[in-house]
Amino acid sequence: MEGNIAELGKFIGAGLAGIGSGAAAIGVGHVAGNFLAGALRNPSAAASQTATLFIGMAFAEALGIFSFLVALLLMFAV
Amino acid sequence: MATEAHGADAAHEGSGLVFHPMDQFIVKPLFGGTDVHWYTITNVTLWMAIAVLAIVALMVLGTSGRNRVPSRVQSIAEMAYGFVYKMIEDVTGKDAIRFFPYVFTLFMFVVFSNTLGLIPMSFTTTSHFAVTIVLALAVFLTVTVLGFALNGAKFLGLFWVTSAPLAIRPLLAVIELISYFVRPVSHSIRLAGNMMAGHAVMKVFAGFAAIAAVSPLSVIAIVGMYGLEFLVAFIQAYVFTILTCVYLKDALHPSH
Repeated sequence: MEGNIAELGKFIGAGLAGIGSGAAAIGVGHVAGNFLAGALRNPSAAASQTATLFIGMAFAEALGIFSFLVALLLMFAV
Repeated sequence: MATEAHGADAAHEGSGLVFHPMDQFIVKPLFGGTDVHWYTITNVTLWMAIAVLAIVALMVLGTSGRNRVPSRVQSIAEMAYGFVYKMIEDVTGKDAIRFFPYVFTLFMFVVFSNTLGLIPMSFTTTSHFAVTIVLALAVFLTVTVLGFALNGAKFLGLFWVTSAPLAIRPLLAVIELISYFVRPVSHSIRLAGNMMAGHAVMKVFAGFAAIAAVSPLSVIAIVGMYGLEFLVAFIQAYVFTILTCVYLKDALHPSH
């Protein structure tokens, strides 16, 4: 188990970047949950808002993907 | 790709996995050699060509019959056409129908690349940033050029939010400007990241399948992941297309 300190920092940094994925999961769950809560109150209006739902999910998810990218860059590129 | 190959070697020594989960994304020339130039025919070229041929086959075969009662192929072609047509109409508006060919091409290419990548031993072209960034930059340039061509200087009103109080408008303009230029990055990385992450997870489970004790569990997990990945492949193509429609809307109607 030999290695330099930069290697250690790389792995720790990649692990920390994983927290961002969890935060994005909370965000996407929030979007879907609130959509469902609204849709159950007024089911007739739900179908017209599915596009907005997916756009909102995509924006929330993008930041999680950014953190995943940072983790990948630390593991393979730096 | 050299760094990934190094990572693969390191993983072979350190861990118990038979193969590295990122090995599947290595670009290899098809006809011998190891050098990749811009003209080299690689596995990416092959699977892109297969995707294009599959789309052409579906649309040509689907529309050649023109039966009143559609066959299976014809109804798939009609459903794809109607799906994208309705999406543009709902999100961008009726006057954006003239961009239908572009948006439909994007949707079909992405959805076919994603689903063809799910075939075992195949290559997912959309899992590479180099592929998706080209698609996203094409959308970005189209929107920017179109916005200035149609609206002139009024297109800059996109960054000057008139509905906000005057005091915070300069700050909002900076934020809007940054978010405008981050668009091609997030647009492309969302698709490539989702595809890459899903396939890497499946390969990790496939690595566990070689260990006898957890083998049945990991095979069940792969089956479950496969269903999820099929859903993700379609949803990410949908999201990519719908965001293209949202960006096109900014070019056509820049006022907030």
